[in-house]
Amino acid sequence: MKRILLAFAVVALMAGCSSGVNLQKAPVDNQSGSTSTQGATSAVAPVNANSSDQNAAGPAGSHVVYFDFDKYIVKPEYQGVIESNADFLKADKARHAVIEGNTDDVGSAEYNLALGQRRSEAVLKALELLGVGDSQLEAISYGKEKPVALGDDPASRAKNRRAVIDYR
Amino acid sequence: MNRKTNGSRRLLLAGLLAAPLAPAFAQFRVEVSGVGMTQLPIAIAPFRGEAQSPQKISAIVQADLERSGQFRGVDASGAALDETSHPDMAAWRQKGADSLAVGSVTLLADGRFDVRFRLWDAVRGQDLGGQSYAVVAGDLRLAAHRIADYIYQKLTGERGVFSTRIAYITKSGGRYTLWVADSDGENAQAALASSEPIISPAWAPNGRELAYVSFESRKPVVYVQDISTGKRRLIANFRGSNSAPAWAPDGRTLAVTLSRDGGSQLYTISSNGGQPHQLTKNASIDTEPAYSADGQSIYFVSDRGGAPQIYRMANSGGPATRVTFVGDYNVSPAISPDGRWLAYTSRVSGAFKLQVMELTSGNVNSITDTSADEHPSFAPNSRLIIYATRQQGRNVLMTTTLDGKIKARLAGQGGDIQQPSWGPFQKQ
Repeated sequence: MKRILLAFAVVALMAGCSSGVNLQKAPVDNQSGSTSTQGATSAVAPVNANSSDQNAAGPAGSHVVYFDFDKYIVKPEYQGVIESNADFLKADKARHAVIEGNTDDVGSAEYNLALGQRRSEAVLKALELLGVGDSQLEAISYGKEKPVALGDDPASRAKNRRAVIDYR
Repeated sequence: MNRKTNGSRRLLLAGLLAAPLAPAFAQFRVEVSGVGMTQLPIAIAPFRGEAQSPQKISAIVQADLERSGQFRGVDASGAALDETSHPDMAAWRQKGADSLAVGSVTLLADGRFDVRFRLWDAVRGQDLGGQSYAVVAGDLRLAAHRIADYIYQKLTGERGVFSTRIAYITKSGGRYTLWVADSDGENAQAALASSEPIISPAWAPNGRELAYVSFESRKPVVYVQDISTGKRRLIANFRGSNSAPAWAPDGRTLAVTLSRDGGSQLYTISSNGGQPHQLTKNASIDTEPAYSADGQSIYFVSDRGGAPQIYRMANSGGPATRVTFVGDYNVSPAISPDGRWLAYTSRVSGAFKLQVMELTSGNVNSITDTSADEHPSFAPNSRLIIYATRQQGRNVLMTTTLDGKIKARLAGQGGDIQQPSWGPFQKQ
């Protein structure tokens, strides 16, 4: 029974090619139809994803808020960044900003995605507190996938713990 | 016993496998290290005709069996045998082999290859059967993996995983690629290439589709892609971040992490997309879902207790039970298909280390000596774990037995290699 099951599995797998034949039976017969140009069973069809790079301009000055290790509180020193971007968005309700949260490289990709999300949402809340409409904002996270500094020293890691206000 | 000691000594040579088939091994870049408890000694004789064919079948078979941790290769170089031979069983027993595999590779008139093999029990002098396959050149490696599966199942009674596939991601020169490869890391083919990150590949139970998170639209979004056709569909593209796809065992539902209602919470969604159903609703981070083997529960990471730990709840949500109690940072749960084991990553004194917990007892073993382990995933026979780590300054993929005794570094495409996912058994 096992042998039959295995042979069947081989047949299913080698679809399009000659089936796995038990050695007790007749030798391989070169059948019609299948040629050597036939593709391999396990072929993978590639997809190319290309992202467009549209970046609209925002206000002059910084769009970036930096965070302490393991924290997502917007520190007072970045209140100016929040204010200038809030002013910009309130002046033109058609403007739309995506806040991108980032982390340093320590930890799992998905847990860091969630930590980065906390940061972008903190900036979003700070902007809304100053009167920016929710419909103009979206908070997302890149987690640890988009570092600006590649070292694993404290200074590099500090540069990566950031939320970026990106106008799109 | 004499044979086992000799084998142990040979395997203790860490680094490159010092096998008599060394020239063939060099190109496969399989580095197996460690000493297993019970290893069946097997000789895989060079297949007649393989030196002239595109793939060295016997070398692939031997590497597969050794990577499982349950076999030890016996020197068979120079043997001139095929599937019609009647080998001298006593001579092979003398060399220390309990089993012997022999075969041939023949080019057919239509350009395909005829691959045949036979397995011998050298101790009882018994013919354990064999198979023949007629394959195009592109499927020669697959034929070798099928042979390894046959031998593995005949001699251990368990199903082999050698003809299954893995997925993983590389980052190189600003490009991100999602690869589908053989279980040994070879024969990698690109499923998705992007200028933006790709993370969290997850095989569908049907083995034909992969879910993943792509940042190509400049935010994280969950896709499901048919591997052979390249057709893909959007599963989750809600406001905010969409990530961490995990398939229910019946393939009809995915658990995902969404921030559409604020924070990072767990939802389920049909594998055809549509409206998500919220499972968790709190101020903590809830992410990295992993279904139990029977689909009734979901393991996940939550910092509701103040730091990330692994919890379990019913697949419909509700109260969660904490599962990890050692350490203050436990993430990336993976459940073995037989339901017995939980693998995860734990931060220990700043290092990230793979842990394996036996679920009935709660006993945990730390099974690696590397310090940047990530993203464990079980083989479908629950006997091996694949994970990403750093070795000698490079990001690599490793497989390990559950006790950590036998490890192998896999071949892979160049660049930073990460986020492996082991595919299921091929369905009929």
